[in-house]
Amino acid sequence: FAGLADVSISEDIPVEGEITVPVGSRSPDEDYSTLDEPVRDTIMRDLKAVGKKFVHVMYPKKSSALLRDWDLWGPLVLCVSLALMLQGGSADSKDDGGPQFAEVFVIIWFGAVVITLNSKLLGGTISFFQSLCVLGYCILPLTVAMLVCRLVLLAGSGTVSFIIRLIVVVAMFGWSTLASTAFLADSQPPNRKALVVYPIFLFYFVISWMILTFTPQ
Amino acid sequence: IASLVMYLFAEFDDAANLLAANPDATTISIDEPSEIPKNQHGRLQEPGREEDDELLGTDDSDKTELLAGQKKSAPFWTFEYYQTFFDVDTYQVLDRIKGSVFPVPGKNFVRLYIRSNPDLYGPFWICATLVFTIAVSGNLSNFFIHLGKPTYHYVPEFRKVSIAATTIYAYAWLVPLALWGFLMWRNSKVMNIVSYSFLEIVCVYGYSLFIYIPTAILWIIPQKVVRWVLVMFSLCLSGSVLVMTFWPAVRDDNRRIALATVGTIVLLHALLSVGCLAYFFDAPELDFPAPVIPVHNGTTVITKSR
Repeated sequence: FAGLADVSISEDIPVEGEITVPVGSRSPDEDYSTLDEPVRDTIMRDLKAVGKKFVHVMYPKKSSALLRDWDLWGPLVLCVSLALMLQGGSADSKDDGGPQFAEVFVIIWFGAVVITLNSKLLGGTISFFQSLCVLGYCILPLTVAMLVCRLVLLAGSGTVSFIIRLIVVVAMFGWSTLASTAFLADSQPPNRKALVVYPIFLFYFVISWMILTFTPQ
Repeated sequence: IASLVMYLFAEFDDAANLLAANPDATTISIDEPSEIPKNQHGRLQEPGREEDDELLGTDDSDKTELLAGQKKSAPFWTFEYYQTFFDVDTYQVLDRIKGSVFPVPGKNFVRLYIRSNPDLYGPFWICATLVFTIAVSGNLSNFFIHLGKPTYHYVPEFRKVSIAATTIYAYAWLVPLALWGFLMWRNSKVMNIVSYSFLEIVCVYGYSLFIYIPTAILWIIPQKVVRWVLVMFSLCLSGSVLVMTFWPAVRDDNRRIALATVGTIVLLHALLSVGCLAYFFDAPELDFPAPVIPVHNGTTVITKSR
């Protein structure tokens, strides 16, 4: 099915799930080929799909590949790695430190669900899981920022390192918001676009705040 | 008989034509309930009557009831039912926010801006923004106050986000619920002219909280004078929106009950802002060059509003 990735469809037709093309000339045996193929092929196909979406996020163009074949593997991997990297922060005896692992998880997933519901209630034509997929994948720049922040903090935690971290986090926050807006804004009615973009902005702002205020012990 | 039937048909045609030509004309129809709200709506759109009806709200409860019943026709377990609460455009939301920040004396927020189209977008996202603004501003303010002290180690204080969320969402949803219940109860005893639906009350409360967002950001300034001036200022603005909304609804009641209701509304609002200031923002140190306001000024704020 690799050749189908280049097929483009008009933006205002809501699609979801996977596209299977019924090709008449196939024999019944070949329809079960994905059961018989080596496990490596199955895994590599999914990994390639996820990797392709990562590339789409880093260079957001108006492509509908992210929307058509949605999957939640990428967001899960990003969420888990972000939550893991946010551990090991300063934890006083009062336990008033940074967010716990579960809190990061809840914020990201609950936030994405609320934003999706919000855009659907405002009359958006995108499907539920497509929107979750886009919002999850667009956390990638912020995960990269978290990685950079941890590396910078290894070098030192003075004012210079703070300024570097601030610049990196702000840049990645802008990138995330622009990337997700590029994918999601088209599915909204035109006079409500700002109403849909603002919660996305708030969502990535909160994640950026968590990344920026991370202080190691 | 045929000619009688033809005559009757002609009459109906004429009536339909008349109605089409002049839709504002008041027609009496016996079995068409859907036409009545249309005519009332048309009547209220005449510019002269607007000014008179603003605060008096005559016939508004009828209009609200009928239009409300007409609008939300989808059953409550369908998605379309909840979509009716998000039927706002960007400019409408901005207008409502503007109306809550610049209250025009004499104009009722609900009549002027909500107009039987209460939305849940504004209250929900204003509360969400307020929660994170207070948490972030509190954190920043504490950071700047304690900066430079050798014993200070910065903590992000993430626990406070959940506390802020619980407080603000409880205020924005439970207080309107209590107020709505109270107004319904009083309505059954005293025939009030103006009555609000639960969603309109939630809407007013939600939009009236908007002024606290810039206030919370300005609370970062570590001067006690500035903070208390901000508390008074924002309380005046959002309190006046609430008072001007709810005074017409309780005015016809027993004088003491009306005053007590409005006083409680303002008191709770003041408690929210003072409580947030006290809990999320550490007091600036006394060695900062700021004139210290005696604490009892805070209590006179509360007693004054009674």
